[in-house]
Amino acid sequence: MKGLPYKIAGLLLIIFSLTYGLWTEVPELPIIEQSIRNLFYHVSMWFAMVAMMAASFGNAIGFLSSENMARDRRSISLAETGMFFSVMGLLTGMLWAKFTWGAWWTNDPKLNGTAITMLIYLAYFVLRNSIDDPRKRARISGVYNIFAFVMMIVFIGILPRMTDSLHPGNGGNPGFNSYDLDNRLRLVFYPAVLGWILVGTWIASLRYRLRTLEE
Amino acid sequence: MKKQIALMSVLSPLAAAAQNDSIMYGNDKMNVVIGVITIIFIGLGAYLFSLDRKIKKLEDEK
Repeated sequence: MKGLPYKIAGLLLIIFSLTYGLWTEVPELPIIEQSIRNLFYHVSMWFAMVAMMAASFGNAIGFLSSENMARDRRSISLAETGMFFSVMGLLTGMLWAKFTWGAWWTNDPKLNGTAITMLIYLAYFVLRNSIDDPRKRARISGVYNIFAFVMMIVFIGILPRMTDSLHPGNGGNPGFNSYDLDNRLRLVFYPAVLGWILVGTWIASLRYRLRTLEE
Repeated sequence: MKKQIALMSVLSPLAAAAQNDSIMYGNDKMNVVIGVITIIFIGLGAYLFSLDRKIKKLEDEK
């Protein structure tokens, strides 16, 4: 099997985060308390999503500069996988928010920014499905993908940092670094992020290969 | 509200242990849950592997 080492490494890293993440001692923080462990699971969904969208963006540029249809297939497969991670991140975030902030949904700029980002990517899928000619579809959706990625950076990376937000690292709140400085959290968080990115790459590659077969 | 308190006490092992000394509230039972999570995830990994193999077979046929 091609790429077997990275597939196994990804699975093992996630298993490590699922087990050691619950065994390890965590710093005592007000309100979130034990739920800080969600850092390993909820936050890594978003890191995986951004990585998938970035790879999708890179492949969109790759298609536009090479006209190679395989790049377009990679681009859409990665975006679909990224969308899966963002749905998972949103659902897990809502549950966590209910028990720490007291509501399933708040008007936090990061939450609304994420909702807009997801709508932008949903529009990307609708746009693709509405064009029959494959080359035309690849070119138009490639250009749209660039726009979508830049908007994602603005909505979840820049705007929430400029106003008050309940999320760490935004507005007047301390960044994750102030928690992260705790090496016990770091030891699980970084492997979890890497593991999910590897498994996400795997899932995207399966979708890409299926798409190639369908053509 | 009552439901929420009940749910929170389930989610917080310390609070639950304080009001209930049943054996399943013991600290070591956490490992049972970790075991369940691990089994599910390994199953998911095995599923990905089988999908991968099926796609490989289709690719070889082409």
